[in-house]
Amino acid sequence: MRIRTAGVVALFALALAASGCGGDSDEPAAKDTPKAADGKLVIWADDKRTAALKPFAEKFGQENGVTVEVQAVSKDLQTNFVTASQQGSGPDVVVGAHDWIGNLVQNGAIDPVQLAAEQKSAFNATAIRAVTFNGQLYGVPYAQENLALIRNTELAPEAPKTIEDLVATGKALKASKKATETLCLQVGQNGDAYHIYPLYTSAGGYLFGTDANGDYDPKDLGVGKPESIDAFKKIGALGEKGAGVLKRSIADTNSIATFTGKKCAYLVSGPWAVADVKKANIAYDISAIPGFAGGKEAQPFVGVQAFYVAAKGKNKALAQEFVANYTSTPELAVALYNAEPRPPALTAALEQVKGADPDLAKFQEAGRNGQVLPAIPAMAAIWDPFGKAEAAVIGGADPTSTVTAAGKTISGQIK
Amino acid sequence: MSTPLSGPGSATQTPGREPVGSRLPRSRDDAPITVTGLAGKVLLLGLTAGVAVWAAFPLIAAGLWVGLALLAAATAGLFYLYLTRRHIPAKYLVPGTLFLIAFQVFPVLYTASTAFTNFGDGHRGSKDDAIVAIESSSVTQVPGSAEYALSIATTGDPATGALVFLVTDPGTGAVSVGDTDGLRRLDPADVTVAAGGRVTAADGYTVLSVGQASSRSKEITDLVVPTPGGALRSSGLSRAYEGTAVRAYDAGCDCVRDTETGQTWTADDEAGAFVAADGERLTQGWKVNVGLANFTRVLTDENISGPFLSSLLWNFAFAIGSTGGTFLLGMLIALVLHAPRMRGTNLYRVVLVLPYAMPSFAMLLAWRDMFNADFGLINSLLGVNVDWFGHPWTARFAVILVQLWLGYPYMFLVATGALQAIPRELTEATSVDGASPWQSFRAVTLPLLLVALSPLLISSFAFNFNNFNAIYLTTEGAPFPADNPANGATDLLITYTYRLAFGGQGAQFGFAAAISLFIFAIVAVVSAVSFRRTRKQEEVYA
Repeated sequence: MRIRTAGVVALFALALAASGCGGDSDEPAAKDTPKAADGKLVIWADDKRTAALKPFAEKFGQENGVTVEVQAVSKDLQTNFVTASQQGSGPDVVVGAHDWIGNLVQNGAIDPVQLAAEQKSAFNATAIRAVTFNGQLYGVPYAQENLALIRNTELAPEAPKTIEDLVATGKALKASKKATETLCLQVGQNGDAYHIYPLYTSAGGYLFGTDANGDYDPKDLGVGKPESIDAFKKIGALGEKGAGVLKRSIADTNSIATFTGKKCAYLVSGPWAVADVKKANIAYDISAIPGFAGGKEAQPFVGVQAFYVAAKGKNKALAQEFVANYTSTPELAVALYNAEPRPPALTAALEQVKGADPDLAKFQEAGRNGQVLPAIPAMAAIWDPFGKAEAAVIGGADPTSTVTAAGKTISGQIK
Repeated sequence: MSTPLSGPGSATQTPGREPVGSRLPRSRDDAPITVTGLAGKVLLLGLTAGVAVWAAFPLIAAGLWVGLALLAAATAGLFYLYLTRRHIPAKYLVPGTLFLIAFQVFPVLYTASTAFTNFGDGHRGSKDDAIVAIESSSVTQVPGSAEYALSIATTGDPATGALVFLVTDPGTGAVSVGDTDGLRRLDPADVTVAAGGRVTAADGYTVLSVGQASSRSKEITDLVVPTPGGALRSSGLSRAYEGTAVRAYDAGCDCVRDTETGQTWTADDEAGAFVAADGERLTQGWKVNVGLANFTRVLTDENISGPFLSSLLWNFAFAIGSTGGTFLLGMLIALVLHAPRMRGTNLYRVVLVLPYAMPSFAMLLAWRDMFNADFGLINSLLGVNVDWFGHPWTARFAVILVQLWLGYPYMFLVATGALQAIPRELTEATSVDGASPWQSFRAVTLPLLLVALSPLLISSFAFNFNNFNAIYLTTEGAPFPADNPANGATDLLITYTYRLAFGGQGAQFGFAAAISLFIFAIVAVVSAVSFRRTRKQEEVYA
């Protein structure tokens, strides 16, 4: 009796372990059955874009006699997509930022897209460059975004030419109690490489050198080089132990709110902040982020949002049809713009919405000298150490040792 | 176990057939069958059968016959167990055992098996997956080649017939049909071409609609029509282009060769990547077994082992601090409210349980904002200027304080319950014997409380040892030393592991699994030792 009980228990254990083991890998096989592939296109996007995409996806479905399903993945879209596509339960098309490309390619999650020359030329050249990785086009861009300086024109009527100008105006405002902070540039406890980057480049720093083709070269790492140390010295001088312009207490959670609460005259942010600023009824203007006096230009990162064809999608031909031949239409780009005001990557669409929204042109002008956000997988090694080094330097740590250590950490992680 | 009285007949008897009470109730095997019991049994066994069928399809599709056999055997076993009137202990044990295996044993085993691999970004799939990805991502358009308008057609049935491409040359307007043998020109008289250049009808061919074509998606993407310059491939369902796969896998040398530059990348089965002679790796790699490398890396890489030890110390301090602090505070309040002279205890109890009723996620985020050095409530309320999350010790103090606030109501609740279970006569007896309140608390109340609460304290310790939310939602591990972005002053091992597995530098599941096993071992040892001590204590006081 006792032995039999043990036997039954052991059997269940094995069965469960076996079915559990199968759980991960059997999904794709189950969905590869002919029954499932009935001309259905599954698109994954974040919440906002899902709403804009739905009508167009439905239209595409009706025109072509297929079902199109747009699914909202509100959190960790990239990670979820990689995991799901590896298990074969992913979508056919995914919408996301271009700097995902390196990671998606190294995990074999997306396929190149073939666009005809005239299709390509309808896009902004920067956007096309952003979605090109290893000489291949991996996505169809639809929107472009970069940081700019948003200014409360009641407090600061003039656009500052240099950071020094900005600091002088900000300090005067603080002295006259019109504002409590000089600049709302999000740093946070762990730093923010994306938002500090314009100042870093203005002070002479760089992340990766470029090779002969103009692609980023992971072997030429700028962090830890003398230029980057000098740049962080300048950033540190603006920090908590210096001018008090950059502060760790201003983070992603409160930088826009502090600006809309009229506590600071300047906000460094992107097109996504404009809705909040408008809601708060603030008289504002948008200009390029100023650089240090006598320094280089402040270059923000230019990021692109794009459509990708999943390499392991069940309906790749249809996905390619949708991505390569349908998403490049201006109507879709305008609808996505209306869902979230980021400048469209399609020149025709940009022209269409530009008139009604002067902010777009200003953001574009602010990003004119921007640098395409590197999509190489090595970039993943930058964010965390760079941000933390930034936070440490702004908090008063020694730039030389901090940045040297960060450079060492980053180069240790680049394979 | 089974009673000697039960005859062989009871095992073969189908439950429910026998009229209730037709036999004398001689043993529990012959317990009366009730309608509810029967309905419950039918429902649960039906559910079991349903789950089994649902689990069987993927197993069949994947050809995992051993798994299928085990599944069938297990289901049959379950049915046998609950349809027979014997094996009473097993009936109680099996459900719990199944859940234990599913939610405890299997995850641990799976984590353990992952810890021996390099599973992570760039090394997720198999070698074949990597080869497919390398080849398909190297298909480039032949320079100067034309873009064709494409229609998908077949000579047979739309659902099964062999597929062909009907392509229109944009320059000449000539229509050709393409299959795996190559391109053949079609007579212009036999085809109808729409305005955009796409063929809408052709003699001898059925042009597929988008819906029909898309249901044969894989065949379309796999169809490659050889041309002198390369091959025609589909780009969606309406365009075709001439492209070549620049990189191809050669099984002979187990390498990937670039047909344009002639460069080769040889498979390195230890690293799980194709590596060129100069050390350059192709981005797409595969998962390989790395043996103990992940474990030795934890112990020998000084960037990891150093922080690992300091994290471990802080991890213990945090778990002991949170558990001990909440216990002390909760117990003190419980004692105060337990005092007979106390008035309005119910009101106090309601107020005290409030922090417990709030979702801890929201509370942790609220506390994070309250500790903000410039805009936070705490600094402005106290009129101080402390950089709470900027210094190691203030940050540690802050997270423990938050834990204290979140955790004491629970300890208060359980301590109140336990206090009410201690007979007042015991403490009254000590006071009759002349003991001071403190002495009676020390000698009677506290030990009895501890006997009741020790298991809860141990599980609370184990929970706090891996209290990811407490750290991740407040400090994210900050502050970090200027020279080490990997391991912050308030990092627990679990947040450190999370950063390794899912953090900025890309996922390293294998390595994270190795650290998880270390954590598992530590928690298991601590719990085992404490439970042993508790048992001894129980023997003394119970």
